Amino acid sequence: MSAINAMNNIAIQAYNTSARLSSSLVLEGVSLRFEAGRWISIVGPNGAGKSTLLKVLAHLIPFDGKVEFFGHDMANLPSKKRAQRLSWLGQNQSQSQSSADELTVFDVAMLGRLPHQAWLAAPNTADHIAVEHALRSTGAWEWRGRALSQLSGGERQRVMLARALAVQADVLLMDEPLVNLDPPHQADWLLMVRDLISHGKTVVSVLHETTMALQAHDMLILAKGKIAHFGACNEAATHRALERVFEHRIAVKSMDQLFITIPNTDPSQNPSTNI
Amino acid sequence: MLLMAGLTVGSTGLESMVRIFKSDVDPTAMQIIWDIRAPRTSGAWLAGALLGLAGAVAQGLFRNPLADPFLLGSASGASLGVAVALAVFGISPFATQWVVRLGLTGAAFVGAVAAVFLTLALARGVQHTLRLLLAGVVVGVVLGAISSLIALMFPNILAAMQSFTLGSTSFVGWGACGVMGGVLALTLLVSWLLTRVLDGLSLGEETALSLGLPLSSMRMVLVAVIALATGTAVAQTGLIAFVGLAAPHVVRSMVKTAHGKLVVLSSLMGGVLLLLADTLARSLIAPQELPVGVLTAILGGSYLLWLMRSKAL
Repeated sequence: MSAINAMNNIAIQAYNTSARLSSSLVLEGVSLRFEAGRWISIVGPNGAGKSTLLKVLAHLIPFDGKVEFFGHDMANLPSKKRAQRLSWLGQNQSQSQSSADELTVFDVAMLGRLPHQAWLAAPNTADHIAVEHALRSTGAWEWRGRALSQLSGGERQRVMLARALAVQADVLLMDEPLVNLDPPHQADWLLMVRDLISHGKTVVSVLHETTMALQAHDMLILAKGKIAHFGACNEAATHRALERVFEHRIAVKSMDQLFITIPNTDPSQNPSTNI
Repeated sequence: MLLMAGLTVGSTGLESMVRIFKSDVDPTAMQIIWDIRAPRTSGAWLAGALLGLAGAVAQGLFRNPLADPFLLGSASGASLGVAVALAVFGISPFATQWVVRLGLTGAAFVGAVAAVFLTLALARGVQHTLRLLLAGVVVGVVLGAISSLIALMFPNILAAMQSFTLGSTSFVGWGACGVMGGVLALTLLVSWLLTRVLDGLSLGEETALSLGLPLSSMRMVLVAVIALATGTAVAQTGLIAFVGLAAPHVVRSMVKTAHGKLVVLSSLMGGVLLLLADTLARSLIAPQELPVGVLTAILGGSYLLWLMRSKAL
């Protein structure tokens, strides 16, 4: 972990945040504290408020409560400054037909450099280096000249990832980054996150792939807009909470010093007690 | 590509120059060409450029390849503004004085802006594409009905309104060219300054926000650009359909580019399209003329149909 002084050891802290989606409360009084230099995965059933929480932490939607970014109230942080230090990757950006279809892979990744560029300034060497690094680390550099419309869903997702990486922010918020990725590229993503962490970055990812989510340092489990559990991914209490929130339809197992989840087709039995 | 578009414009411009030189033998013909044909040709190009620009900005801002500046109600708003101006002030669209043209442009502009904002208010923002297009249709129909009502109440503006609705470049004089040229320079500059916002928006509003772009204020400016460009073009040449929709598509089918170039190229392409259509409209059944709006509607409609069949829209 890089030298982060003790005062700024907390990357993101939320105080009693609540948010609504078309008048219904989807996030209710959530308070949390994410340490810098760690990978935190957010899991929970559909409609638990995971994406909404991520948007609140990125200050993208109106909400009640307060979010601090390295000790500063995010509401007082100039948007450009915030954008330089916090990168957000939205959900399903690779699936829908978008108006970015005509842009090349390189152009899309370069959009990630917007927070660092002066208005109308041409990209400088640092921008080019950041974009090349980002595209190489998601394996998209070879087809940087292709238009987004010519790519498959998984390829698009890798471009979107590269866009988020190109920001070179201290904190990365990723909403379902593994969507459309095949197993080799999921493994690549894991390596990429570990590399980011080793450089002192903080990663917060919403994941449906529970096995992948268990590879993080910490796990935040959401249910019905509230925090059901927050703890280290290697703790038994976290595993039990994970099984509980998914109604024991999954079981957490240990294998080769990794924790994995397997489907449980008979929820009347609690297979994890058999270990 | 820029060179190509420039050359096309140049060659068409060259044609009219050749015509001038041909009629050089007769000084009266020369004057006719200088006072009528030259401003008409420039005016057709300028109006098309304004519409192409508005189309490119609208498609970027609303993140919808089907966004036509007219679909957001701006055209019906502009024609309502013109109808009100004609009825209240009794001015003629055939007038070529600067002040009158500016007044008509102003009325069309106010109408266009008001209609676009009405559409946005009814659609509760720009996020929901279907709602936006439906609101645009509703606004278009209602404002169109009011325009017709005004035309019925003031029958003396009926002829003027009809030529306005059909779209024609035949009233465009040098004054109108001046107004359109000025507005084109302004809107082109503003939208070029804001291409970063359009590029960022192409990945969605939330991503654009997360990149630190000042969306709420910039969106207002871009809507104003659309309204000003459409309003000005409509005030001078009437309702010329589909140029704004088609120009950015034609550009995109030729070149993959970010918004900086797209906006400029769409503007050039809009000018080329309208100039071509206008030349066709004047020559197809010469010495009679087709209203150019009718021609662009037919051509643009066919193009849209082809687009629907060839691409999944």
